[in-house]
Amino acid sequence: MKRFFYELSESWKIAAAQMRSNLTRSTLTALGVIIGIIAVTLMGTAVNGISIGFDKSMAVLGDDVLYVTQWPWKPVDDWWNYRDRKKIKTEYAETLNRMIAATPNSNLVIAVPTSNLMRSIKYRGNQVDNVFVLGTTSDFIVTSTIDCTSGRFFNELESRGGVNVVVIGYDVADALFPSESPIDKSVLINGQLFKVVGVNTRQGTFLGLFSWDSMVAMPLAAFNKYFSAKSDSDVRVKLKDKTRLADAKDELTGLMRRVRGLPPEKKDDFSINEQQAFKSTLDPVKNSIAIAGLFITGLSLFVGAIGIMNITFVSVKERTKEIGTRKALGARRRTILLQFLIESTALCLLGGFIGLAFAYLMCFGIGKAFPSFPIHFSVGLVFLSMIVSIFTGLFSGFAPAWTASRLDPVAALRYE
Amino acid sequence: METRNSIRPRGPVVIDIENITKDYVMGEEVVHALRGVTLQIHRNEYIAIMGPSGSGKSTLMNMLGCLDTPTSGRYEFNGKNVAEMDDDELAAVRNREIGFVFQTFNLLPRSTSLRNVELPLIYAGIEPERRLERATQVLTDVGLGDRIHHKPNELSGGQRQRVAIARALVNGPSIVLADEPTGNLDSKTGEEIMDLLEHLYERGNTIILVTHERDIAAHARRTVHLRDGLIEMDHAGFIPELDLPIAEITST
Repeated sequence: MKRFFYELSESWKIAAAQMRSNLTRSTLTALGVIIGIIAVTLMGTAVNGISIGFDKSMAVLGDDVLYVTQWPWKPVDDWWNYRDRKKIKTEYAETLNRMIAATPNSNLVIAVPTSNLMRSIKYRGNQVDNVFVLGTTSDFIVTSTIDCTSGRFFNELESRGGVNVVVIGYDVADALFPSESPIDKSVLINGQLFKVVGVNTRQGTFLGLFSWDSMVAMPLAAFNKYFSAKSDSDVRVKLKDKTRLADAKDELTGLMRRVRGLPPEKKDDFSINEQQAFKSTLDPVKNSIAIAGLFITGLSLFVGAIGIMNITFVSVKERTKEIGTRKALGARRRTILLQFLIESTALCLLGGFIGLAFAYLMCFGIGKAFPSFPIHFSVGLVFLSMIVSIFTGLFSGFAPAWTASRLDPVAALRYE
Repeated sequence: METRNSIRPRGPVVIDIENITKDYVMGEEVVHALRGVTLQIHRNEYIAIMGPSGSGKSTLMNMLGCLDTPTSGRYEFNGKNVAEMDDDELAAVRNREIGFVFQTFNLLPRSTSLRNVELPLIYAGIEPERRLERATQVLTDVGLGDRIHHKPNELSGGQRQRVAIARALVNGPSIVLADEPTGNLDSKTGEEIMDLLEHLYERGNTIILVTHERDIAAHARRTVHLRDGLIEMDHAGFIPELDLPIAEITST
């Protein structure tokens, strides 16, 4: 065992000496791995970022909230079965809340109605189009991860009275009020003035997925007063315990059937959705991006590995006589195998380190240039790329090292 | 045999070869490099193996050096059957029992004298402090105490061969196997190397010299002549003229 460690440390010394004495060759060979590692690491970072972006957008939905909607949140083939369903009405929320209150040990906490449509919003000369306008009650804050940077969400009093107040998203605030505080200013939506009471914390947008940053929220009573015409409505219901999602879903289905007055033989004419359902339709997309991306970049690393393999074969050939001498002096097959494996691994590790350093700088640069792109350079990625480098080295060094270890000492000594 | 050869072995048998053969397949043909060689070498002998090229001299040397195994026959090294050892066992014998000295020195070009001499100790699993101590000692013994940090290209041919000899000796081998040790040196330096080998012999080492040069072989105390894969003569001392009839000569 001790002997193995001596051989190991000897092999590292040889590898270092070998790289020093063939500097150009080693650099050029390592370049393949450097490029490969940069590609893989950047792709890993991007995949990581995409994943985080998805999750962040997903978090908007909340993992303890059920959504009662006309359409299910998954692609359907028999759309005609859903088209003629009755719309979800905001009044259901009140009925549901009464029912929840009347149910002992209910799994549900509260039902909140929401209505929404797209409108333009103006303040003085500034205008933002296609803003997601949400009408809801002050209870909305319970069902949402929403948070205010400045100001507050509208209160129960404003909610019930249908006062013209709005809470605006970060991007909306930024566009309308580039240089002043939006709080207590009045914005124009659909010809009506609304007083801004709060600004949401920046959430960040990703791949055009929904974000609070580009929406405004107002009391449902006010919303209904001005925009009732063509809005879509849902009811969102907060759970008591997210681990009992299935029970809660069953209970809510029962309640909704009572609200709709459905006889037992009829199918549900509404859909109950949760974050998970949405996630499970997006996850395959996310995963295929990751797999395809890593596969393609992996190919470039593979090319780098072949470069290393090639140079290790050359090195074995050049040093045939040295191998013969080492064998004559008592090097075993294992010793020779180890020596060349470590040489190729050292090259790959060196390439890996340099590649990683470059990738880090590039990520840093991209992060500075495009702040909205969710780049995430993790420690796990560093370890992963080091492990990938080591395996690349072992993989590419194995065939030449094996050849070297099998050399006949007599023939190797005679080789010129 | 001992009495007829008038060889008085000073120690036990180190190498005991009986009727070994070695065949090589060259394309269609089978070459019989050794056709049945029987040889015993004792501790602290100084023996030269001579023969023209193609005589099987190199093959015998590879065999003795455990670099190769015989096609048939028996080979015992210090009582252990070498003929049936696998590659790693042979490597261990080479490492501990045999010190190689090559015509072309075969030093690692980018390593210092010290690191070259340390190499067999590394393969033997000796700890670093003892390696350093032992390698320095042996280098000093061969007169290179002031050259331990020099690389081969900073040394003269004679000095390089001294490093190689130090490397051969460092594990305290049972035999030193020198293959044309002066072949790449001028005659004066060659003599110095032969003096060093003589010195080692005096100190109790067993030396096997493989050469085709008679004046080099003349340093040995016993000479074995090979021809066509067979031992032609095995005699004590050196006979300058082979056709001269000498009583002690034994044909095998």
